[in-house]
Amino acid sequence: MADTLQAQAPSAGRRREPRKPMSPREKQNMRRGLLFLTPWAIGFLVFIAYPLVYSIIISFTSYTGMNHAKFIGWDNYKSLFTDPLVGQSIGNTLFYAVLAVPIGLVVSVLLALAMNRNVKEVAWYRTALYVPSLVPVFAMSFIFVVLVNPQYGIVNKVIEAFGGGNVNYLAEPTSAKVVIVVMAQLGAGNAALIFLAGLNNIPQTLYEAARIDGANPWQSFTKITLPLLTPAILFNLITGISGGLQVFTQAYIMTGGGPDNGTLFYMYYLYKNAFSYAQLGFASAMAVALFLFGMLLALLVFWVTRRFVNYDASAA
Amino acid sequence: MATLTEQPGGPSPSPIDPAAARENAQRVLRRKKITAGIGKRIFLVVISVIFLIPLLWMLSTALKSTGDLSKVPPPIIPQHWAWSNFKEVFKQLPFGTFYLNSFWITLLTTIGSVASNFIVAYGFSCIEWRGRDKVFYLVLGTLFLPFPITLIPMFDMFARLHWINTYLPLVVPAFLGSAFFTFLLRQFLLQIPRDNLDAARIDGASEWRILWQIVAPMARPALGAVAIFSAVGAWNDFLGPLIYLQDNAHMTLSIGIQSFQQANGNVPYNLLMAGSLMIILPLVILFFIFQRYFIRGITMGSFK
Repeated sequence: MADTLQAQAPSAGRRREPRKPMSPREKQNMRRGLLFLTPWAIGFLVFIAYPLVYSIIISFTSYTGMNHAKFIGWDNYKSLFTDPLVGQSIGNTLFYAVLAVPIGLVVSVLLALAMNRNVKEVAWYRTALYVPSLVPVFAMSFIFVVLVNPQYGIVNKVIEAFGGGNVNYLAEPTSAKVVIVVMAQLGAGNAALIFLAGLNNIPQTLYEAARIDGANPWQSFTKITLPLLTPAILFNLITGISGGLQVFTQAYIMTGGGPDNGTLFYMYYLYKNAFSYAQLGFASAMAVALFLFGMLLALLVFWVTRRFVNYDASAA
Repeated sequence: MATLTEQPGGPSPSPIDPAAARENAQRVLRRKKITAGIGKRIFLVVISVIFLIPLLWMLSTALKSTGDLSKVPPPIIPQHWAWSNFKEVFKQLPFGTFYLNSFWITLLTTIGSVASNFIVAYGFSCIEWRGRDKVFYLVLGTLFLPFPITLIPMFDMFARLHWINTYLPLVVPAFLGSAFFTFLLRQFLLQIPRDNLDAARIDGASEWRILWQIVAPMARPALGAVAIFSAVGAWNDFLGPLIYLQDNAHMTLSIGIQSFQQANGNVPYNLLMAGSLMIILPLVILFFIFQRYFIRGITMGSFK
């Protein structure tokens, strides 16, 4: 990303010189370029810039969508700390994200390694491992409702065969969240494909050199594969965190936020406030808080991983 | 390393017959290869099966008759293959309406997103103008903007426009570009040789003609990736339809079944799975036809 941008901006040093007036040709190009940007410019103003500002403004008001928005200062933000369901929804979301994101990274790296095995029919395995990622979350939720159902599902059948009891996993707050974490792993194929591309970028000569130097496969993995996958790991970590904080659909379909608000995730509670309780001001405050938290977390991840992420291999 | 490579390669006096030794070594190697292959394959088959179990269970449940469904324990393979379940879904739910709604929204979104992002990406790559890359940083900045922050204002805006319960809130934004697709296409268009474009310009072709007649055919793989990703995105979208569509006549597959269940009680599981199967099928077919575009699209976004 950075490479191409720099390559396209050769004038970095020239920028300080006084600007030459544009030639007619340059002016024409400018007009044409901007003309082609029109759809984006409209979209940016209407669907990004305006909503961003508007969100922040109504987060300081009491607004139902029907009434005239009334300015109430920081009250919505204070409620974020006093509303017990906000606390619970944050707890649920963190429970999900803290489990789903790291497990997701491990699973997708393993999938990528499996997809990269040197066997003739590897394309079949790749397809089998990727196809579940094609299933939309809402449809996978329907499938899991059936899959873990005590009467109709196969999960309980397998567990009973190993001597376990028949349990309705969606009827208990913690196990319901665990089901959603497990379900997320079936979608690991997308991240795995990114890791697979990363694996293919690693020069084979490195592995050969390591083998000649007497490295065992585990050492090759930890000393070559993992360090050179760090850009892909960072990318998948950031998208994983961002997706994890916004988990919603699964709970909406499988549990309706229950039992005992055990799967009332942050986005779900935000959705309810906005569209069931008509608390658009409060919901906006929740959205702004999520936005700030997400940004801070992303910056933190970038800052922490700065020393580990190795961009040399992808360039090589 | 240099010393290491010399050692095994050097001719060393050996008491063993070299030909027999070579043959022996080859046999050991071959056996090792086969057993290593088997180990790998067992592992690969096991995880593939684990990943496919949910889909296989969906298939099996979709084909169960009501009788098979109520058996305890449920049979793994249905005893009476109830192909009629697929017809029943259309009879018992407004599934055909949902399907058509999803189809139209997906089609319009895809057209809009290919056209608009192609035009915008052209302006960001094939025309040179001052400040272009600075503006592009703005596009990149919005790439990381989480959508919940714009959710409520957009709902409010569409409500004021009386667009609620129409396709417009789902389709119109697609015609106005998206950061991710613009980014993806721009990266691709930058690789097109400038000379081709300049030659056309000298011949008097307008930018608009160059865009559609010269650049579009060259950019087909990237446009394909954008088309597939926006189609899949629209087909799979849940929150958008949930917020903007309100009655059964307008609902998509993603929210229709759920909303039907809330109003009329649970749909029998065999029908729910038959419906899910029909929702997934177009995606799987699309994937098998355009596998290369899928993979390119996913990996392009992260690396370039």
